[in-house]
Amino acid sequence: MMRSSVIVFPGSNCDRDIAVALTKLQFKNSMVWHKETELPRSDLIVVPGGFSYGDYLRSGAIAAKSNILSEVISAGKKGSLILGICNGFQILIECGLLKGALLRNSGLKFISKDIQVKILSNKSKFFKKYKSGEILKLNIAHNEGNYFTSKEHLNELEDNELIPIKYCDKNGSINLKSNPNGSINNIAGIFNKKKNILGMMPHPERMSDKILSNEDGLGLFLSLMN
Amino acid sequence: MKFAVTITLKKDVLDPQGKVVGQTLKNIGIENLKSIRQGKFFEIDLDESDSNKGEMKVKEMCVKLLANQIIEDFQIKKI
Amino acid sequence: MTVNKDQIEAHGLTPEEYKKIKEYLGRDSNLLELGIFSAMWNEHCSYKSSKIHLKKLPTKNNIVIQGPGENAGVIDIGDDDAVVFKIESHNHPSFIEPYQGAATGVGGILRDVFTMGARPIALMNSIHFGSPKNHKTKNLLSGVVSGIGGYGNSVGIPTVGGETKFNDTYNENILVNAMAVGLANKNKIFYSKAKGLNKAVVYVGSKTGRDGIHGATMASAEFDDNSEEKKPTVQVGDPFTEKLLLEACLELMKDNSIISIQDMGAAGLTSSSIEMASKGKLGIELDLNKVPCRENNMTPYEMMLSESQERMLLILDDNKEKEAKKIFDKWDLDFVVIGKTTDTSRLILNFDNKKVADIPIAALADKAPLYERKFTLNKLKKEKVEINNLKKIKIEEALLKILSSPNHSNKNWITDQYDQSVMCDTIQKSGGDSAVVRIHNKEKAIAISVDSSALYCKADPKTGGKQIVAENWRNLISVGAKPLAITNCLNFGSPEKADVMGEFIDCINGIKEACEFLNFPVVSGNVSFYNETNSKSIHPTPVIGGVGIINDLKRITNIKTKENGNLILVVGKTIGHLGQSAFLYENFSMNNGPPPEINLLNEKNNGLAVLELIKKGIALSVHDISSGGMLVSLAEMSMSSGLGLKIYKPKKLKNFYEYFFGEDQGRYLIELSKNNLKNIEVLFKKNNVFHEIVAEVQNDTFEIEGLFSLKTKDLQICNNKWYDDFNAIN
Repeated sequence: MMRSSVIVFPGSNCDRDIAVALTKLQFKNSMVWHKETELPRSDLIVVPGGFSYGDYLRSGAIAAKSNILSEVISAGKKGSLILGICNGFQILIECGLLKGALLRNSGLKFISKDIQVKILSNKSKFFKKYKSGEILKLNIAHNEGNYFTSKEHLNELEDNELIPIKYCDKNGSINLKSNPNGSINNIAGIFNKKKNILGMMPHPERMSDKILSNEDGLGLFLSLMN
Repeated sequence: MKFAVTITLKKDVLDPQGKVVGQTLKNIGIENLKSIRQGKFFEIDLDESDSNKGEMKVKEMCVKLLANQIIEDFQIKKI
Repeated sequence: MTVNKDQIEAHGLTPEEYKKIKEYLGRDSNLLELGIFSAMWNEHCSYKSSKIHLKKLPTKNNIVIQGPGENAGVIDIGDDDAVVFKIESHNHPSFIEPYQGAATGVGGILRDVFTMGARPIALMNSIHFGSPKNHKTKNLLSGVVSGIGGYGNSVGIPTVGGETKFNDTYNENILVNAMAVGLANKNKIFYSKAKGLNKAVVYVGSKTGRDGIHGATMASAEFDDNSEEKKPTVQVGDPFTEKLLLEACLELMKDNSIISIQDMGAAGLTSSSIEMASKGKLGIELDLNKVPCRENNMTPYEMMLSESQERMLLILDDNKEKEAKKIFDKWDLDFVVIGKTTDTSRLILNFDNKKVADIPIAALADKAPLYERKFTLNKLKKEKVEINNLKKIKIEEALLKILSSPNHSNKNWITDQYDQSVMCDTIQKSGGDSAVVRIHNKEKAIAISVDSSALYCKADPKTGGKQIVAENWRNLISVGAKPLAITNCLNFGSPEKADVMGEFIDCINGIKEACEFLNFPVVSGNVSFYNETNSKSIHPTPVIGGVGIINDLKRITNIKTKENGNLILVVGKTIGHLGQSAFLYENFSMNNGPPPEINLLNEKNNGLAVLELIKKGIALSVHDISSGGMLVSLAEMSMSSGLGLKIYKPKKLKNFYEYFFGEDQGRYLIELSKNNLKNIEVLFKKNNVFHEIVAEVQNDTFEIEGLFSLKTKDLQICNNKWYDDFNAIN
């Protein structure tokens, strides 16, 4: 039985959505309020999407100072699996668990649409249920999803297969046209060095129900199940 | 000729960002904070030698674009 | 300190109205009391010009739990589920500060829904702007769209659809109508009626500032050339606090602590406290020193009239304060007992240990003036459209002209700024006839649509009123929903003008007739008068927001054609009515003729027949025919899927323009497989429903046999062109 914890901040909106997806796959899930000082034992910690603290000051900046984040940081350093989706990705960057920055979309507008990503490598705990080169249709909805980092870090990411997904078109071409927000090298998600912490802008939980969309997002969670 | 422009919310206008930032500062142990309001800063470099003309031009920029005069004020300083 | 003539006038009250105030008080009023009367007696809060007429609308049937009169309407959708919904305007603030005006409009309508115990599950909007050539339009458009997205996305409610229209009539008076839909347990609906004596009156949410003082008065005043000076009264929305308030209220509502609850909207603390007391036939006494203030030295006048957002007023049961406060502390919101209910039936306000206002509640609510304004029903010019006198134009040119017009072009550039999927229950997003949102954890869904037809209403208000109800009905049926009820937002010019009042009354007559015939009651709504500048009124623009129910998630249809070889049928007869059509307007700049007639019997028969076909799985895609006529609707189906159509020339109607662009009502396009054709004959015959085959689905070519041939791709390019061009120019 896999145990998951979903951290809830004031302003988190996608916490229920991810809880529904996890519960559907038989995860034993706990919702953890940001003021808690202890994390329940978890195989997977999820920092969900939304507008924590209204995205005020900088997206994720204020949530990164929450009590519970120090627990999440220690868990991450110890090797626990952590998934940050959208605002969650922004929070993981602000608290230092992931490197780089998420800037305003290059089009300067909020963008909400279905996009494609290509799985560059399935050699990780999160993506092993997918095939390398597989194209997924996922949903994005964000204002600040434009990933940016230093040249050195970018080389490190590319050289060590730390970029699991990049935005592509329906045929799998990774190019300017298929980049919805200006992210450097079409990066849609990244790992930390040890590959136990994943941050991604697209919402896998929104693609886990055939009635609404598709089930392309389920593989992420299925991969984690033993 | 360089100018520094600060855009702030008008006195009675709600500042949701300032409110939350202030609370967070208190939460991370910053004491004695009475209030904090968030604004914007522009650094403008003009190709102009006459101070007065320069300031007029910057004022025009503020009025036409940089400040939303319905809810914001602006201050211009020559630097 | 009593008031003088200038102050009375500045508060928008007539000398006759002040005379009444003096009678009710038994003395002159002070400034604070004058401000309170001014807020409660203005059009926006009192509905003084519209109440008499609104009473005519049908508001009850067996599924209506709560009709107009509360914060929102409530309908029963079975299985203990109730849907709570309403549409409201925020027109004047949006013209002054488009982002914040639109944002706070969304905030206000969300509060109207969750104050009744419903978690909001969808947002929609109907926004109207002036001509794209008007220099103000671009900023207004981008500000309003950003504001709607900025607020809705932040609170985490999907904005699933809407309509955006452009017309010269809105050049100086844009319209921003926001609709919210929520889900509640039908046995746990919360009302605003105060109950019980000496109960705690509690203020929750954001602190009170000087925002929007006299906003309610602004909504009841026309703009003139000095309106630019009214700017500082616009409020700033805080969607983050709204989200906290929503969660805190819903959490408190899990038990029975709340006796009554009301959001602080127009005229803030004044209207909320008075409405609660008035409904409960009680009095209310407030200690204004307790009101949480954001600014220093706020006066009672400012506190009572402030329109600071994200605040609610509640009446709690005895001994519930401690537990309730814990919840609001958790969400970092102010929670203060500021008064109590009394049996005096008066509003008593205290400040610094002095009584500063003392008014009988009835005077502010029930006894507010009711006007039966003078009206003239418009005599309409019935001149016929002489199609043969028009300049020659190729059919495909006429089609492309319509598809590339601002009103008919693709609006993805707007909807891409709204998060449509958050909450993971959106089955069908914008772009079709209606949005479809699943009821969480259940195997059923609701369909939602907003519609308006200002040009029809201007040409013939009564027919226009009928038409928008009928179109809304059709839009819900087209996705497989049984239409249940509507909310309406009535946007008009000044009620003090007889012709505007005539338009208002006639539109209501039309809405009433259609709603009664279709068993489609009005459960909530809003009236926005004074949409005029320098005495020029907007076209009458009633907006209808409708909700329907879908009980089988496998039987939901959309406008996307499915497979080559399938047939497209039109249900409903085509006579070829071009009056007030998009064809005339976009190609010849003409707005001649009466709007198309509505035959309610045909609407009902045709609609129910189409619904049956959807339920049987025979109708594979469905699209109702509205603005632009059949050819435009066929093009929309084609562009949605990318497949083409081979359209047949009409057998009977001689004039192709009338046939393809006529806007006859009560018609639907349905896609079905060839072998199902015989199965439907019996059904149609039984229901007396006219139908004929109009096209066949084929690969990528959109053509009328023998007339023209285009690629579907070209239609899509044309349909997307307008916004890119609009953005590039300015």
